[in-house]
Amino acid sequence: MSIGLIAQSFVDGILMGGIYGLVAIGLTLIFGVMKIINFAQGSLMMLGMYVTYWMFTLFGVNPYLSIPISALALFIVGSLIQKGILSRMLNAPEHNQLLVTLGIMLFLENMALALWSPDFRNVQVPGMVDTLHLGQININTPKLIAFLSAAGLSILLFWFLKNTMVGKAIRATSLERQGAALVGISTSKINMIAFGLGAALAAVAGSLINPFFYTSPTVGDTFILKGFVVVVLGGLGNFLGALVGGLIIGVSESLGGALLPGSLKEMVPYIIFIAVLLLKPNGLFGGKIR
Amino acid sequence: MKKTLLLLLPLILILIFPVLVKDSYFLNLGILVLYYTFLSQAWNILSGYSGQFSFGHAAFFGTGAYASTILLTGYGVSPWIGMFVGAFVSTLIGLFIGYLTFRYKLRGAYFALSTLAFAEILRIAVQNSDFFKKTMGIMIPLKQDPWMFQFESASSYYYTILIFAGFSIWLVYRIGRSRLGFNLAAIRENEDAARSLGVNIYKNKMIAMGLSAGLTALGGSFYAQYILFIDPPTTFGTEVSISILLPVIIGGVGTVLGPLVGSLITIPLGELTSALFGDFAGVHLMVYGLILVIVILFLPEGIVGWFQDRARKKEAGMNNGILKERG
Repeated sequence: MSIGLIAQSFVDGILMGGIYGLVAIGLTLIFGVMKIINFAQGSLMMLGMYVTYWMFTLFGVNPYLSIPISALALFIVGSLIQKGILSRMLNAPEHNQLLVTLGIMLFLENMALALWSPDFRNVQVPGMVDTLHLGQININTPKLIAFLSAAGLSILLFWFLKNTMVGKAIRATSLERQGAALVGISTSKINMIAFGLGAALAAVAGSLINPFFYTSPTVGDTFILKGFVVVVLGGLGNFLGALVGGLIIGVSESLGGALLPGSLKEMVPYIIFIAVLLLKPNGLFGGKIR
Repeated sequence: MKKTLLLLLPLILILIFPVLVKDSYFLNLGILVLYYTFLSQAWNILSGYSGQFSFGHAAFFGTGAYASTILLTGYGVSPWIGMFVGAFVSTLIGLFIGYLTFRYKLRGAYFALSTLAFAEILRIAVQNSDFFKKTMGIMIPLKQDPWMFQFESASSYYYTILIFAGFSIWLVYRIGRSRLGFNLAAIRENEDAARSLGVNIYKNKMIAMGLSAGLTALGGSFYAQYILFIDPPTTFGTEVSISILLPVIIGGVGTVLGPLVGSLITIPLGELTSALFGDFAGVHLMVYGLILVIVILFLPEGIVGWFQDRARKKEAGMNNGILKERG
């Protein structure tokens, strides 16, 4: 095991970790506001990937330029899911909330399977140099773009929540739903916006990985499980925690891949997950949207 | 008299089903219904009674399937013995998971997600182990020897799984009327109140977990002997965990007949939709997803739960003249 290989997997892990963070931020936003753990987050991400894929295949739209389209499309899908289904579940027992999002996941995933077959689909960004060389380390360009966009988007979201009226209303609802309602915030509208945003973030994450990750109906599964791990790691409802958690999972998984034989690296996130649940169930950085 | 007849008739129908139905397709359907009744009843013991929703019962199912299969193909041990070895190992795994999760009081979504993680860890471990033939899976050679848990006729499989399912229904019925059942129900309704009344939360949850895990493993062994092929995703995959809990949710969590009613609805419906939309893979699972959402939205306690609730309200209404909502 050379230093070069370790450095390489470290860099790969950081890059992938940004994407995990982005998926997790959507999950954490939804959890923070509605206290619902959204199993369908991975499927929403998958839908975003298909939007990008079809925009590219049918109309030749550059995958990066279709990001606003997939984000908007999923924002709408997300708010409709919230309005039509989840708004009735806000006071239901936790396991029923979990099961309802599981049902939505089953529906969306298999709808994609019925519509577009289980084939793995690829998108190539035209005219892109695939690899940058940084000394001995190779950096995959689409991964770098994905990471930088994820980081930028997180900062933007952070700013949005801190400085805009809607953002402040989201934070208020997350802290104290009844209090927020009492001061005149339409919490049902905020729920819709928050879920829409969560779905849009998942879609953006999906579109960003499109150039280096295959699109398929079940592609969300791996990401949703890792998303949960990241969210619990960072503390449910904690944005910065989600981002840092994403990086931790990305790096440990990547290092695990370099050190462990076969596909055993897949086990790493789950082992970290269980360890965190048992040792620090509130996450490494505590809960609540701040 | 009318009531006993009403109960006796379905029972007789279930008993003579293989005599009435010779068609192998429908016989297979009957076997699947009973098989899911058994599995979801096993899940019901832990999750229905104590309210600890497991999303990772595939861990136990896969353990059962692999234990009896490895013992059979590697050492020539009859699955009739192997399945109890599997149940034993699975119980130990369940107790280990319970030890970790219940000790640290993981509840609700945390418990659900951690069970899911345990099942995934086992799947990946099996998938990477030469001993378990990695991702290739294991074929069970066709023997058609009853001692080797292989039958020539489907009706023998039917009666075998009928005994399993009947036993599980009886067991859940008995647990519901035992001290264990009352303790578990108290834990489900309010853990802190149960503790203050002197219920040993940890011990009761552990018993439920052990029973549930062991029984689920027996179902895994049956599956292996019925399909004669196992591999990591079809035994340890998340889909397995979901299909185990689905019938209970639809039938009624924590009820004796919920798993049976749920399986009677979901299995034929799944078959019907895949027959109708066979060209479109996934449609029957789409329908499952839709049903799951609809049931939870409109019948959050499942079908049997809804009937029980209605009967209870009717009774309360007759006694007091008022209909009271349950908290």
